[in-house]
Amino acid sequence: MVHMVDSLYREIILDHYRNPRNKGTLDPADFSYEDTNPLCGDEVRIDLRVADDRVAAIRFSGRGCAVSQASTSILTEMVEGKSLDEVKSLTKDDLLEELGIPVSPARLKCALLGLKVLKAGIYGVDHTEDEDDL
Amino acid sequence: MQTQTNQPVTPLDAAAIRADFPILNQDPGPDRKPLVFLDSAASSQKPAVVIEALDDYHRRYNANIHRGVYQLSELATGRYEQARHLVADFIGAASHRECVFVRNTTEAINLVAQTWGRRNIRVGDLIVLTVMEHHSNLVPWQILAEETGAELAHVRLTPDGRLDLDHLDDLLARDPKLVAFTHVSNSLGTLVDAAEISRRARAAGAAVLIDGAQSVPHLPVDVRQLDCDFLAFSGHKMLAPMGSGVLYGKKALLEAMPPYMGGGSMIRKVELTRSTWADVPAKFEAGTPAVGDAIGLGAAVEYLNALGMDWVREHERDVVGYALERLVEVPGMTLYGPLDPAARSGVVSFNLGDIHPHDVAAILDGENVAVRAGHHCTQPLMRELGVVATTRASFYIYNTREDVDRLVEALHVANRIFGLA
Repeated sequence: MVHMVDSLYREIILDHYRNPRNKGTLDPADFSYEDTNPLCGDEVRIDLRVADDRVAAIRFSGRGCAVSQASTSILTEMVEGKSLDEVKSLTKDDLLEELGIPVSPARLKCALLGLKVLKAGIYGVDHTEDEDDL
Repeated sequence: MQTQTNQPVTPLDAAAIRADFPILNQDPGPDRKPLVFLDSAASSQKPAVVIEALDDYHRRYNANIHRGVYQLSELATGRYEQARHLVADFIGAASHRECVFVRNTTEAINLVAQTWGRRNIRVGDLIVLTVMEHHSNLVPWQILAEETGAELAHVRLTPDGRLDLDHLDDLLARDPKLVAFTHVSNSLGTLVDAAEISRRARAAGAAVLIDGAQSVPHLPVDVRQLDCDFLAFSGHKMLAPMGSGVLYGKKALLEAMPPYMGGGSMIRKVELTRSTWADVPAKFEAGTPAVGDAIGLGAAVEYLNALGMDWVREHERDVVGYALERLVEVPGMTLYGPLDPAARSGVVSFNLGDIHPHDVAAILDGENVAVRAGHHCTQPLMRELGVVATTRASFYIYNTREDVDRLVEALHVANRIFGLA
């Protein structure tokens, strides 16, 4: 467990937490969606512009723990320029692999909040899926 | 420590107490430091005598109660009712009949809201709460207010996290029907002058409910001295198993209240279309109760009695006082609640720089220091403090000054990882 925490706060998380990529908002945006993780109060909002069925621009805003904010930052880099179909087919395992860190069940909601918001925004649904469905 | 005797424990002899808690004496495993458990405000650990009482019930005399005429059932019934007597004496109730066994504090408060509340609260009536209540002393009243058209008002806090008694007086001038407040804030640790608030509320003609979830386990509580109508508390925060909780209510009030749930045990006579109710407290204990958990609560009360609640209070005041001293040394520390250890119980809430409490708690877990991070079921209070969450360390009889040192060391690790110091 010592190793797990050490590696959870590995450089990639701290780097994205301190220097978030694509931080901000888009006005106007084609999609804008936000959600919270009631467990720890993490908040994430994602704004998206689409051109030719591709992610032309993406920005995120919010506040929360390092894991939720850094994983959202990493996610925005993953989906920039991707087609909407590619974004829809993105799985939680794809994101967790990109994070490259062991995430305990207790922190999974934090790590996947950004993906949950992104998918809800793209599908245009009011009620987002459980983490299990991502 | 032998808890079967009534010998007083040497002050601050926490090492002897720790020996009674199997969970604190486990091998933490390779690369893991010994456990420092600082989340007793959420649920306390259990001493061997409580675990054994539960085990003994299931091994030797497991049976339903108040039904069988066979020996096992009589033994189980006797121990269950003995636990009720122990609890009644523990809080100074005039009679064991004033103590209803429930699952927890939440159930106790919901019981009052749905029975006493529905019978006595009318449209336009005022219910006074405080902004630092746990959700369990907010939401049941919101539900009742929604149903009845009653109004809710909340006593404000002073800047150092105490109740603003002038604001209380303003609200009491509006003739509330009920004043319901926490004795100790589970988020701030603030120790409320419950006897004084109760006195003022009664003088204004209001009924008084005290949320004792964070006080009954930690300090001497006497319902006659508090002169409250209701006191709600949980067994699992005071060494007993989860599933054991208590609603104390003045007998005349309990007798006048309609039942909460209908079913077995709570009846006197049942016909096809109508029934009459059993005497209190059975009237409020429908169905098979958590017999073993209640017996475990009895064992927990005996354990606390052997320590003496004055000792418990003094021990916690010492450890919390030391924690407040040491925590201010940590760079980036913001402490919430009163800084005077005499004005608080065993809870210390804080934030470390701009590190999110969940990150702090995760790093502390890496050092095997268990704390709670989040809103602690007090979202309105978090809003009042202007934070989304805090990290909370809570202390109990088995915690020591050494535990505080381990907490402080672990916070320095968090600062190093986040590059603050």
